[in-house]
Amino acid sequence: MKFSSRTFGLGLLLVALAAFPLVAPLFGLDFYIGFVRRVLIVALAAASLNFILGFGGMVALGHAGFIGMGAYTVVALSDAGVMSAWILWPLAALVAGVVAALIGTVALRTRGVYFIMTTLAFAQMLYFVVVSLRKYGGDDGYTLMSRPALLPGLDLGNESTFYWVVLVVVALALWWLHRATQARFGHALMGIRDNETRMRALGYPVFRLQLVAFAISGAIAGLAGALLAGGNGFVSPATMHWTQSATLVVMVVIGGLGRSWGGPVGAVVWLVLEEALKQHTEHWHMPLGLLLIAVALWAPRGLAALSTKRRTAAAAAAVTPQGAAGSAKP
Amino acid sequence: MSGILVLEQLLNGIGYGLMLFLLAAGLTLVFGIMDVLNLAHGSLFMAGAYVAAEAHTRTGSFAAAIVVAVLVTVVVALLIEVLLMRRLYKRDHLAQVLATFGVILVADDIVKMIWGPSPIMAPTPAALSGPVELMDGLPYPSYRLVILAGGVLMALALYVLVNHTRIGMRVRAGASDRPMAELMGVRVGRIFNGVFLLGAALAALAGALMGPIVAVQVGMGEAILIPALVVLVIGGIGSVRGAFVAALLVGVVDTIGRAFVPMLLRATLPPATAADLGPLFAEVAMYALMVVVLIFRPSGLFSARA
Repeated sequence: MKFSSRTFGLGLLLVALAAFPLVAPLFGLDFYIGFVRRVLIVALAAASLNFILGFGGMVALGHAGFIGMGAYTVVALSDAGVMSAWILWPLAALVAGVVAALIGTVALRTRGVYFIMTTLAFAQMLYFVVVSLRKYGGDDGYTLMSRPALLPGLDLGNESTFYWVVLVVVALALWWLHRATQARFGHALMGIRDNETRMRALGYPVFRLQLVAFAISGAIAGLAGALLAGGNGFVSPATMHWTQSATLVVMVVIGGLGRSWGGPVGAVVWLVLEEALKQHTEHWHMPLGLLLIAVALWAPRGLAALSTKRRTAAAAAAVTPQGAAGSAKP
Repeated sequence: MSGILVLEQLLNGIGYGLMLFLLAAGLTLVFGIMDVLNLAHGSLFMAGAYVAAEAHTRTGSFAAAIVVAVLVTVVVALLIEVLLMRRLYKRDHLAQVLATFGVILVADDIVKMIWGPSPIMAPTPAALSGPVELMDGLPYPSYRLVILAGGVLMALALYVLVNHTRIGMRVRAGASDRPMAELMGVRVGRIFNGVFLLGAALAALAGALMGPIVAVQVGMGEAILIPALVVLVIGGIGSVRGAFVAALLVGVVDTIGRAFVPMLLRATLPPATAADLGPLFAEVAMYALMVVVLIFRPSGLFSARA
């Protein structure tokens, strides 16, 4: 009964996450409510990147741009006096999705390293657009006056309440993304990743499928950006710097490319390590860098794949003489 | 008056372009021959700048500083090559991005440990600190002339090396079709080691030369890496000639954009809008150029594999 044990584990994780704001104050860990909330949001952003990177095989190096689009949509609307989360969050996702679709129409015509560079170039352009928006603080960033309003009687200014709202939104979005990868659409996407020529020959509209996936991924990143903006109460262009995009790619690869838990696992590992190292040393970049090199050399399919690798290796050893296949050169 | 200004900015742009070329030449050859995307190339540039600044302060000799910077950086590159890059040749681009991004993080922290987090001063050589009257009414900093001369000299040397020597022929063969070159008896692996170290030396030279006119600080490698990658893509992977043309193009477009677009906008738009849009156009010009080139030439201007 694999299904029920998996569901049970998920349920347990959800309950634990939901109970965290109630338990944390007992141990004086109030500070970590905000931290876990941020991890949840980044996990969603990483999962959205994994959707195109892992499942779609599109190495996009500009994902922070879409997070920024979502965050700055919230900034622009809040500046204009819109406070309702029902307007802020969907619009943030919509704007980021539309921007992603526009970028995708150009970028998806290129392949390989040219695709990496085109997505990077567009993200850089978005970055400089935001830097030049003096109305919203330019380089210095913009401080949001208050948290958005969701329902009457629900005070999102309360850390725990906002945490729970984020948890619900992130869980729903992750579940929806997971469903999308299980659906025909997701399988077509993986087919394109594995053999584009064959999928084209089979009559699949390769460009359109990839574009839709790219736009969906951008939209969900935008939603993550909106949640991030709401939680921090502050948005700055630094959110959109290219190293942030690279960090997201790193998280996905660490977690496991094209695995349903790859994005979240990577985000948790990366952010927890970063937080833990920051408390001990000023030089926390170096251990993380060494970890990256180690993962690239010895666990190229990511941490989420390690357990499966052992399982499939055992199974493969039992059935065929060949072990699990490594990553092929694109 | 305005013609002089244009000329001055043009010279600045060419100088910047030549420095970009020194970086992009190494990148494009490493990429072209071994299909390795090395994000840590910018870190070698940073290493060159820091070591040169340190050596210059200690010895007081700019020439010695450059030599020391190049040598130290080549040794560092040799370590990176032996310990890491060799294992990455056969891997996909993603593993290379991951590992070399890791190198960036490590390199930044090492620099922070040695020189501290704040920018350091890279002195301009005393003999070159004054301006030179290039023509009537155009005084030009003599140090920038040195950069121009150094860049042109290195570009010429590379041109001769790549296009008119036996080694260069093998390098080009490896870049345009590696399996074929190997079958014809070229030891591409060994050629690559040389190219990687040459690329590191050029990056260090660019860092040492740029040090006195930019801020020598942690993160300078990442900041110049992106323009260098843009040059690589515009020029076409594996082509030194492409990198040269693209580097000058990007250098001039970037500098001219910074200098003149805000001026033009101020003349035509209300001041507030112009102040907002000016820097934007200047920063975006390079990327827009790349996207336009890729739309019409999807593998760059002079791709070696075309």
